[in-house]
Amino acid sequence: MSILVDKNTRVICQGMGKAGTFHAKQCRDYGTQVVGGVKPGKGGTEQDGFPLFNTVAEAVRKTGANASMIFVPPAGAADAIMEAAEAGIGVIIAITEGIPVLDMARVMRFVKDRPCRLIGPNCPGVITPGQCKIGIMPGYIHKPGPVGVVSRSGTLTYEAVWQLTSLGLGQSTCVGIGGDPIAGSSFIDILNLFQQDPQTEAILMMGEIGGTAEEQAAAFIKAKVTKPVAAFIAGQTAPPGRRMGHAGAIISGGSGTAADKIAALRAAGLLVAESPADLGTTLQKAMKR
Amino acid sequence: MKIHEYQAKELLAQAGAPVPRGIVVTTPTEAVAAFDKLGGHPVVLKAQIHAGGRGKGRFKESGKEWGGVKYLTRREDVAAVAEVFFKYPLVTKQTGEEGQKVSTVLVQEAADIAREIYVGMVMDRGVGAPVLMACSEGGVEIEEVAARSPELILKAVVDPGLGLQPCQVRRLVYDLGFSADQIPQAETIFQALAKVFMEKDCSLAEINPLVVTPKGEVLVLDAKINFDDNGLFRHPEIEAMRDLTEEDPFEVRAGKANLNFIRLTGNIGCLVNGAGLAMSTMDIIKYHGGEPANFLDVGGGVTPQGAIEAFRIILADPKVKSILVNIFGGIAKCDLIAEALVQAGREVGFKVPVVVRLEGTNVEKAREILSSVRGELPMIQTASGLTEAAQKVVAAAK
Repeated sequence: MSILVDKNTRVICQGMGKAGTFHAKQCRDYGTQVVGGVKPGKGGTEQDGFPLFNTVAEAVRKTGANASMIFVPPAGAADAIMEAAEAGIGVIIAITEGIPVLDMARVMRFVKDRPCRLIGPNCPGVITPGQCKIGIMPGYIHKPGPVGVVSRSGTLTYEAVWQLTSLGLGQSTCVGIGGDPIAGSSFIDILNLFQQDPQTEAILMMGEIGGTAEEQAAAFIKAKVTKPVAAFIAGQTAPPGRRMGHAGAIISGGSGTAADKIAALRAAGLLVAESPADLGTTLQKAMKR
Repeated sequence: MKIHEYQAKELLAQAGAPVPRGIVVTTPTEAVAAFDKLGGHPVVLKAQIHAGGRGKGRFKESGKEWGGVKYLTRREDVAAVAEVFFKYPLVTKQTGEEGQKVSTVLVQEAADIAREIYVGMVMDRGVGAPVLMACSEGGVEIEEVAARSPELILKAVVDPGLGLQPCQVRRLVYDLGFSADQIPQAETIFQALAKVFMEKDCSLAEINPLVVTPKGEVLVLDAKINFDDNGLFRHPEIEAMRDLTEEDPFEVRAGKANLNFIRLTGNIGCLVNGAGLAMSTMDIIKYHGGEPANFLDVGGGVTPQGAIEAFRIILADPKVKSILVNIFGGIAKCDLIAEALVQAGREVGFKVPVVVRLEGTNVEKAREILSSVRGELPMIQTASGLTEAAQKVVAAAK
């Protein structure tokens, strides 16, 4: 078992430009069933061995795709997400960075009434090690196992996975929920899936400054999650009022500080890593408690 | 992105909100001409800088006991006061000690104030939609009100597809206690604020204070607008309002090279790929007793050109005593990154110790590359783990 994606997931790629095509190939090489790409006007042709379709609806009809990986540039990304939702795609993973936040607010209203789960945008994607990789993460650092990973960051997640794998701790599924202020899925959404997944025995959660998603997650964990959870919050040294790379990583009006988040997570009984070098060992400690 | 008060007022005026008459000036002579043009009535000189707290700020080393918002009634005072505005940097609680040089001043017709109100719109991350907020205590900082008496803040969640609805505005203006003759004016202003917010991809749009004059006119006395950087691509007219003199020159330069750079106050430079890892790298430096000099995310693919420019920017800061390079090679392979580092070392010349921690794809090849240039680039030190790297770079900075 795993969450969101597995070996039966059939993926299409929206945005078959240079980056989209490169990563579609990488995912295919990992073993993911990438069943095609969407490129309006190029339907019926092929690109790097991927059959192309004019619309997501057509791709779904002809391939039975049930997941989408989106690389469409910011100006068209919101529309691409909505197209996937409209076509009945169940898991929509938006990699694109730089989508206007107002577009995302509109997208959230659109997807709310449709049976889909949106991950991202501005995220590395989702991987169930050994089965399915949808995104830009380096596949080989992962290994199958009992730890669910959820994070707002990209490379910090790779760092965490690397530490886990080095300790012999494999992963059930790793989910990057993205660094934007409005995200398709929250920590709570993913924690809830991990809690229900029998393969997942423990959860590593990586948050960062900005917003209150980690505080809400802390309350949810306390109330609903029985599995051990370890956490880390990036940005303890970040100055207020500055956007730290991610559009959502900003301390504003005194809220969204790392200190507040760490305090909330500790109050909920979580082990919080002091140093980013201790992500794996903190999770290990949480599992032994 | 931030803009000046006068620009924010222009946008609100274009959307139909009444603003006081005002003229933007860049010299004391122009300030006097503006005073005359406004009819010789009392005016307020307002320093146009992005930082808040202007009124309570002070002009550094000017010896004056007033700040960047000055009420003037007499023509003969205008030039001397404007002189101070343009000559000395304005220090407010948001500028830091060095203050901000003032290059533009708004000369605004002074308004008599019977009542001050706050109205603002922000993107509420928790709700996932814009929220219009209003408070009958205007002229003060809304965060303070929110902390002290949150019940005083009235809110309306704005549907991002439908926009602000007349019924929502009506509820707010009645609850704020506007009188019958003021209500249509207030409604127009609330709608103008929402229109600007929604049409221009704002992240924050505030009128503080919105004032009612003794004659019953409702006016935008001060305004502040910030934009969602991700939305700027569809608003070239907003991008054109950007004032680069308000931004750190190195941050501007880094932006041109697609580097995400923020200057901090410590002495350990950082070069990292990915925003989360870059923040964590700052954190681990602090954890081991050091102070980061910057945040720097070089992005997913680290090119030699990007690395060279990144080192140049970091090394331009004379405070920097050592540098930590922390790269997790995923799709960007470690050996290519090591080559980029070597090339950067040759072009830039490392004057301080550079501690390199690489992990991920092709890391062995990368280590070989770095050890082969040990004689040529002796400032490069390698570290196998994150902790060792942090300890080494902190020690090197002491």
